Amino acid sequence: MGFAYDFDWGVLWRQPYGMWLLQGIWLTLKIGFLGWIIALFLGILIGTLRVTPWRWLRFVSTAYTEVFRNVPFLVQLFFWYYAGPMIFGENLGRQINQIVGLNYYMAIFALGMYTASRVAEHMRAGFASISRDQYQAVLSTGMTHSQMYRYVIIPYALRIILPPLTTEFLTIFKNSSIAMTIGVAEITFMSYRIDAETFHGLEATTGAMFIYLVLGLTVVRVMGIIESKFKIPGMIGR
Amino acid sequence: MFDAVARNLPFLIGGFGVTLQLTFCALGGGIALGMLVGLGRISRKAWVYQPVTVYVNLIRNVPLILVIFWFYFVMPIIAGRPLNPFLSAVISFIIFEATYFGEIFRAGYQSISKDLVNAAYSTGLTYSQTARYILIPIAFRRMLPSLITQSIVTFQDTSLAFVIGLQEFVRRTSIVDNLEVRSIQLFSFVAIVFFIFCFIGSKISRHFEEKGRKTGVL
Repeated sequence: MGFAYDFDWGVLWRQPYGMWLLQGIWLTLKIGFLGWIIALFLGILIGTLRVTPWRWLRFVSTAYTEVFRNVPFLVQLFFWYYAGPMIFGENLGRQINQIVGLNYYMAIFALGMYTASRVAEHMRAGFASISRDQYQAVLSTGMTHSQMYRYVIIPYALRIILPPLTTEFLTIFKNSSIAMTIGVAEITFMSYRIDAETFHGLEATTGAMFIYLVLGLTVVRVMGIIESKFKIPGMIGR
Repeated sequence: MFDAVARNLPFLIGGFGVTLQLTFCALGGGIALGMLVGLGRISRKAWVYQPVTVYVNLIRNVPLILVIFWFYFVMPIIAGRPLNPFLSAVISFIIFEATYFGEIFRAGYQSISKDLVNAAYSTGLTYSQTARYILIPIAFRRMLPSLITQSIVTFQDTSLAFVIGLQEFVRRTSIVDNLEVRSIQLFSFVAIVFFIFCFIGSKISRHFEEKGRKTGVL
């Protein structure tokens, strides 16, 4: 038996398959970037709320991170996509379901919400690493609590947690592949679609792996430049 | 409230059983292979270190879902016959999770200082005694929180076996949903079940982390 398989690497560039992969790359990038914008803003907000002096805000933000981190992303995605519109009742739900490209928007939303909980965890770790004295010093200059977070603590914490944020940024592109399960035609979906048409899934998925690898290495390179630019002087580098 | 869940409970619980089976196979294989990967990553021999490093960096840069597909396509070619989805999924999970466990083991091995080893030798312990009574217990305690966390991640990851048609928990829920059209309660149910297990797991991990910090092993 053994390798009774005719490789056909042409499926990676022959039309229309080559075009499919390019469209897939474009969609992966879009979902990743848009999801990242939601994740970053929401994550910073929730991470900051977790260390505020107000107890119920701390509770809500802690509950958010626990729920989103302890449920698989696939389940979250299905919940938003299948159950989400129904929350608004029968009629409105049906209307929402008719939105063209609903799966695409839901994928971005779900990815943003999920990644926000992870960003919030890193934020919390960042805040914890800033010494108490720093907080006291800022408050003693006469700044209010919100000014302190806005102008000193958050910018400082963000610079500290830049390396783990890089990892999250890489992860968001990898996690975007799960959007294929609700029919979003990103790279993984396209490689599977090529298999359905040509039965050359092995070549198609190998090509897709290579694309993710190049994407990942590019992100690491770009973030490395950003990290060295925003490095806090006097801190031990990576 | 949960009427559709109640009607299909045996079917759903059966799916959860498959999820647990997948998790245990993935953890057993992933941790065993991960130990070797961790050793390979600290090896001074280039012919060991280089290939292992390439393997780890390759897999960690690729989405799990794609690894599952890749093995689903490649296994029948190697075996010369179609493989059942369960076996194919388990193999992809082991290969994938081993890279993550490997990095945990590497960090654990590297966290042990040379002084500690020398101190153990100076008391007259042999190499195997040092490993057994000093190195392994300390490294294990240091790694335990990360190992538990990664086990929870693995448990969540098994839901992705969905994509090759394996009838685990999430796949069975979506089958039921197609018949019953009760998405809110069905997917809430899956989410709650996963949440309970993962939340308890994360609390256990945090417990060991704090214990380690207090006793000074971390």
